[in-house]
Amino acid sequence: MTKQNCIIVGAGHAAAQLVTSLRQQGWEGAISVMGDEYFLPYHRPPLSKDYLSGRKSIDDILIRPPAVYEKARVRFGLGLRVEAINRTDKTVLLDDGESISYQKLVLTTGSHVRKLPVPGTDLPGVFYLRAIRDVEQIKGFIGHGKKAVIIGGGYIGLETAAVLKQLGMHVTVLEAMDRVLQRVTTEEISAFYTRVHMEEGIEIVTNAAVSSIEGGKNVQKAVCGDDQEFAADLIIIGIGISPATELAEAAGLDIDDGILVNEFARTSDPDILAAGDCTKHYNPIYDRHVRLESVQNAVDQATIAAGTICGKPKPYNALPWFWSDQFDIKLQIAGLSTGFDQVVVRGDMANGRSFAAFYLQEGRILAVDAINKPKEFMMGKQLITAKVEVDQAKLTDEAVPMKELLS
Amino acid sequence: MALIKYIEHNGTEHEVHVENGLSVMQGAVDNMVDGIVAECGGACSCATCHCYVDEAWFDKVGAAKEVEQDMIECAAESKPTSRLSCQIKVTDELDGLVVHLPESQY
Ligand SMILES: Cc1cc2nc3c(=O)[nH]c(=O)nc-3n(C[C@H](O)[C@H](O)[C@H](O)COP(=O)(O)OP(=O)(O)OC[C@H]3O[C@@H](n4cnc5c(N)ncnc54)[C@H](O)[C@@H]3O)c2cc1C
Ligand code: FES
Repeated sequence: MTKQNCIIVGAGHAAAQLVTSLRQQGWEGAISVMGDEYFLPYHRPPLSKDYLSGRKSIDDILIRPPAVYEKARVRFGLGLRVEAINRTDKTVLLDDGESISYQKLVLTTGSHVRKLPVPGTDLPGVFYLRAIRDVEQIKGFIGHGKKAVIIGGGYIGLETAAVLKQLGMHVTVLEAMDRVLQRVTTEEISAFYTRVHMEEGIEIVTNAAVSSIEGGKNVQKAVCGDDQEFAADLIIIGIGISPATELAEAAGLDIDDGILVNEFARTSDPDILAAGDCTKHYNPIYDRHVRLESVQNAVDQATIAAGTICGKPKPYNALPWFWSDQFDIKLQIAGLSTGFDQVVVRGDMANGRSFAAFYLQEGRILAVDAINKPKEFMMGKQLITAKVEVDQAKLTDEAVPMKELLS
Repeated sequence: MALIKYIEHNGTEHEVHVENGLSVMQGAVDNMVDGIVAECGGACSCATCHCYVDEAWFDKVGAAKEVEQDMIECAAESKPTSRLSCQIKVTDELDGLVVHLPESQY
């Protein structure tokens, strides 16, 4: 029999974890990773943080140095796109015409940025932010005293706004909804971030749906309806992402706002697995399918996929978590707050920059948003998994150490 | 350059050379040392790079700074010698360093 081959489509965060996990768990066959970017897998979070600001270089953000992949005997085909999967022959077709066969196939295709459906997004100076190549182009338009408009007040938009402000630009954030972060968090946290960004001198305009982007040789302004115009030398659009499911869909795999996988990272074809942003997985903690856009999910699910491939299946039951760094604020989120019936705050949310919001359902903690509160984040994770009823008087009393809550 | 020994919870030892300026976490990740997950890539946000500095080395490595200290204090299985390995920078002085890894990073 020929040697087994495992093909991984998409050289991102999940892929970087998968290849080493496969070796650690005993996969002896070949491993090939096909990626349409020209870089080895890198950390995306710094793209809107330390890499955008110039504090980190490409080498600093590579997830692993090339030597690790060499040692793990992983072959990378970079700058190559997988065009199609043929499940009958068990082959994938590359955009250079080559076709390669697999025994196991893993889709780690990540996500696509959602496009803003208005005229003018192709003007020079207008960008989305998903990959190194985007940041490299954005850097050419950053300048002290120049104007930046960020379309979309999500985490990536707000982080980008913070960095551009620190680089001396005048920054305006345009949000179509009535508050920033509406899709991902509660009113309280939105209000907090609005306050902080305003304190830092960033203008936030809500209910501002951009209807067109205008300019000549370069972008000049974003226009909202009939009466509002915002001058801009640089526009960055961050209005969300959608899972990259097109390959899986064309191959006839089950899809529902993400490639559907079970708790072992298997798709509806037993020889095809999927991990990371492109999936919607069954999560036993929440007893439903969830789609997550986070490094945690990419790393944990890839580890699960490796176990399944190596015949050591372990169900996925990691607690979702996420972080965001803006100015001097470290936000750490654990759990999913969907379904909460009460918010309990520890610390001063109206002033200052340090507090934690706990989301409860019938007295048990579902999720925590910790702002410059690492202890609350760390203990919050344990309290969520322990599913105990918490003493709310103690939880709101900062004089009571967090550790006492889990006893 | 420093030679660092990582000892997994099950006793497996890894001895690797790590360049100055890198973190002890990066040294582990770069050499496929199981037991350091490092989800946030060194942003001091996840505590999945938790390690115990060998007693003999603890003073030389030094204590954690504020945010890190808070994270460690509330980490599962935290000990007085706990550190987040992404916050320990490798220097010549750390040649021979020994760190022990916890059973789980979660
Ligand atoms: C600016 C920014 C900031 C972020 N900040 C945070 C943060 O603070 N915390 C956090 O937890 N998460 C953050 N995220 C999200 C996090 O980076 C993603 O969740 C994570 O990268 C997902 O990993 P993945 O492997 O699923 O996909 P990706 O890392 O996106 O990798 C997918 C790769 O597959 C390639 N690909 C797709 N289709 C094909 C094909 N057919 N053929 C070949 N290659 C293909 C893509 O080009 C891409 O390179 C951020 C993301 C961005 C963009
Ligand atoms: S790698 Fe995340 S805290 Fe060290």
